[in-house]
Amino acid sequence: MATSLHLSLAASAPASALRSSSAFFGNAGSLSRPSVVLGIGRRNANLVVEAKIREIFMPALSSTMTEGKIVTWNKTEGEKLTKGESVVVVESDKADMDVETFYDGFLAKIVIGEGETAPVGAAIGLLAETEEEIAEAKSKGAAQAAPAAPKPSAVEEKAVAPPAPTAAPAVAAVQVAPEPTAPEEPRSSRIVATPYAKKLAKQYSVDLATIAGSGPSGRIVAEDVEAAAGKTPVPAAAPVPSVAQPSAAVAAAPSAAPTPAAALAPAGSVAFTSMQAGVARNMVDSMSVPVFRVGYTITTDALDALYKKIKSKGVTMTALLAKAAALALAKHPVVNACCKDGKSFTYNEDINIAVAVAMDGGLLTPVLKNADKVDIYSLSRSWKDLVDKARAKQLSPAEYNSGTFVLSNLGMFGVDRFDAILPPGMGAIMAVGASVPTVVATGNGLFGVKNRMTVNVTADHRIIYGGDLAVFLQTFAAIIEDPTELTM
Amino acid sequence: MEAMLTCGNWTQTLGCVGKVRLGGGGVSSDKTVFGAHNGLRRSSSAGLSSVAKELRVVSSFRRRQAANVGAGDLSVRAASGNGAAPKQFDYDVVIIGAGVGGHGAALHAVEKGLKTAIIEGDVVGGTCVNRGCVPSKALLAVSGRMRELRDEHHLKALGIQVGAANFDRQSVADHANNLATKIRGNLTNSMKALGVDILTGVGSIVAPQVVKYGKIGFSDKTVTARNIIIATGSVPFVPPGIEVDGKTVFTSDHALKLEWIPDWITIVGSGYIGLEFSDVYTALGSEVTFVEALDGLMPGFDPEIGKLAQRILINPRKIDYHVGVLAKKITPAKDGKPVQIELVDTKTKEPKDILEVDAALIATGRSPFTKGLGLEKINVTTQRGFVPVDERMQVLDSEGKPVPHLYCIGDANGKMMLAHAASAQGISVIEQIAGRDNILNHNSVPAACFTHPEISMVGLTEPQARALGTEEGFKVSVAKTSFKANTKALAENEGEGLAKMIYRPDTGEILGVHILGLHAADLIHEASNAIAMGNTIRDIKFAVHAHPTLSEVLDELFKAAKLDEEHAAVETPKEVLESVSA
Repeated sequence: MATSLHLSLAASAPASALRSSSAFFGNAGSLSRPSVVLGIGRRNANLVVEAKIREIFMPALSSTMTEGKIVTWNKTEGEKLTKGESVVVVESDKADMDVETFYDGFLAKIVIGEGETAPVGAAIGLLAETEEEIAEAKSKGAAQAAPAAPKPSAVEEKAVAPPAPTAAPAVAAVQVAPEPTAPEEPRSSRIVATPYAKKLAKQYSVDLATIAGSGPSGRIVAEDVEAAAGKTPVPAAAPVPSVAQPSAAVAAAPSAAPTPAAALAPAGSVAFTSMQAGVARNMVDSMSVPVFRVGYTITTDALDALYKKIKSKGVTMTALLAKAAALALAKHPVVNACCKDGKSFTYNEDINIAVAVAMDGGLLTPVLKNADKVDIYSLSRSWKDLVDKARAKQLSPAEYNSGTFVLSNLGMFGVDRFDAILPPGMGAIMAVGASVPTVVATGNGLFGVKNRMTVNVTADHRIIYGGDLAVFLQTFAAIIEDPTELTM
Repeated sequence: MEAMLTCGNWTQTLGCVGKVRLGGGGVSSDKTVFGAHNGLRRSSSAGLSSVAKELRVVSSFRRRQAANVGAGDLSVRAASGNGAAPKQFDYDVVIIGAGVGGHGAALHAVEKGLKTAIIEGDVVGGTCVNRGCVPSKALLAVSGRMRELRDEHHLKALGIQVGAANFDRQSVADHANNLATKIRGNLTNSMKALGVDILTGVGSIVAPQVVKYGKIGFSDKTVTARNIIIATGSVPFVPPGIEVDGKTVFTSDHALKLEWIPDWITIVGSGYIGLEFSDVYTALGSEVTFVEALDGLMPGFDPEIGKLAQRILINPRKIDYHVGVLAKKITPAKDGKPVQIELVDTKTKEPKDILEVDAALIATGRSPFTKGLGLEKINVTTQRGFVPVDERMQVLDSEGKPVPHLYCIGDANGKMMLAHAASAQGISVIEQIAGRDNILNHNSVPAACFTHPEISMVGLTEPQARALGTEEGFKVSVAKTSFKANTKALAENEGEGLAKMIYRPDTGEILGVHILGLHAADLIHEASNAIAMGNTIRDIKFAVHAHPTLSEVLDELFKAAKLDEEHAAVETPKEVLESVSA
């Protein structure tokens, strides 16, 4: 198990995988709380006689994770570690994970403190094999800690103050610090910075080691350096649209009422959490996809009646809508497809419905797998599990990564219609509004009152065309209006 | 020598074939003594006897006569057959390869009244037109304009205000492709119009004076030729360990299609190709990292020019570099992982660094495309793929003896991998076939790199010239001028740049000229023509240049040269030297 997970994680963590040393990852298999074994590596094992001090790397917890925030260190410096023990909790862009050690030894040094962020593959701590080596490791760690310590959360005003003139000599001193055990280099992680970022860092006297990269694979790009130096990038000609669009973009799930915000109104500039940074990145990325929207108004009287009937059996509206969407998708596979390379359709074998859930300070998309095949009662049960896990930030990557179609429902707040941003890597997203009693012409020359809801699908027009969405929505409406199929 | 994407002015070749200058061949005054063949390039002039010079004098005379007789006259062709071969031949000349070299040779052959066929296995125009100098000039034209439009400081200095300049990648790519298509059409039409037979298929030699050609899946056809010219060109060289996927790791062939613009690209090789692409990519918004195996960027350039080029073309741009390292292994981007480049020390082969970038362009030179030519059937062994030739481009067999009636021109012989050099070699060969001995002086062939600003050169670099001077016991002097001293350059607000001339103060011979600055590629020809014609500084310094023009940069050089006899010669103004070295 450890081996296979090692491979898959290594593939998504180029920074670690690149290192010539051995980076081990393993899954401890804790069911309730996903956990990962610490990435621990030894540099240049063949050159150094025997380095007994190992670096603990920031592991890659998901394929999109470029940096992680240390939530808590479960161990203190000098504490003994046993293989398999949880050492640190890391917050990725998707979830909090326990990180376990693969070695016995002592936590010699914490390089990245709680609340601080480090790029994937960066050393976050040092592990000594024996007690005697702790001191040695500490001296080694001091070399790393110094530049890493003032780690700014890039947006904070204070961190942004003009770089102190003393910073440069301090760093220089650190770099020449003698290295008893591993003379190669004191720094554990390679700094990947683009040419322009390096130029700016020199210009602004910013130490690249103190910057977390926001570029692909965690590389430091020019904007990161500018942010760290407190220089705003040259103002763009026009403000980027739609980034500023309110959070209505992708939205909340049943009963996920926003926190009573009024109590403590935040003020000033507050740095994104990893999750918020992930959302922001995804939203900006979404602008490269040509999308269009098709809306459809559906009578929900029959669905409402069904819901009333089976609610007592634990069936939720979200599960019903997911099931209906899945059944419609089964008949229109192109709407369940996605466009990965801009050149081809990628048809998904399974129909996995991702449902947007508002979270404290962000949002998540737990996935209802095989929603077309799983019966509505099981589906409802898995939904409850997923929501609980999401709240506890304990979703495993597979539980939020594997969606093939997204459902976003704001109906419970009375929102009657909205439109959703298509997340990158998806073909379509459905925005569901509230079902409201509406006066309608009933077809025989009479008026009647029916419950009607408006759904609005946003799709990638490279693969999904207007006609595709139209017939998909027609099928979806037919299922909602005659929902017997949902319970079969 | 690394190949370049810089034939650039092939249209001039096309438009005035008869006027292409061959080193030393067109001059018949006694001053030829210190002309082009006076030991500048030992390899190409070693065997040159005074008899050969005589022949050339005669040949240039005859050549004018032949031109009067008119192209395509078959009786001329029959007469030129020397009666040596009893056999009938289908053609006087068959050229394998329809690139710029083959095209130049074909047009000149027709002019000489030779019955000519050209075999093309790919597309007419070869690398230069389809995958090299021509489309890259289209991209560089865009890059130049983008630079101007985005250089607020520069525009402001001129008093111009422009809104944010932007570009559409696909349209840029289309421009390059359309240009290649158009030039290819021109090339094909020019040959058809003159009566050159274009034979389609892959050509190879089956026996002396016998060539077969055919497309895959069709039966081969065989033609006989009194003379065969190999002009099969080259392909991008990809060092072992580098996996080219055509998407994230690619050569100039793919890059010219401009299918995407990576945020960060590594360019392996900082020669002409790499440098030109760095100009294009940085103008279009990419950041560039150079990987150069040698100890400095831009090897092969005159060191002083290289240093200044680094200051103008590298340092202010979003470019960094690793020198003295080899890209040992390059893995294309896959599964969300970026392109990975393993760097090792060139000398010790020790691992140095690992780069993670969005794309890698392999610009490590070009290798000859000579496989499958059937050379083994006529006892010719290639050297690292290059076809060995003598100074007359006649192919040498494995004993080093010339193979009769067989020539090789262009990148395939590796003497000077430039489109216009191939064309000049082809014309030289046709001259010989037509009965006039001719040796191309490669030292008179200019080269250019179309960055912004451009770099151009002809002849020897300063270290080469000094080495030669030490060896042969002559003094070497250098004259320099800055573009800052040129009125027209200042009017354009483009004062950055340097021109230098390396010369012999005793004879006034120009050994080399190197220019970095506005329109350098166009300026070099006054110097290259002077070398080709054997003009000395003594003559040319009295020639008049219009004022104000950039050509005065060269005028300045000629006038600044200090020749031994002329103690009153103008010295390089001190302030110019200072501004150059500033």
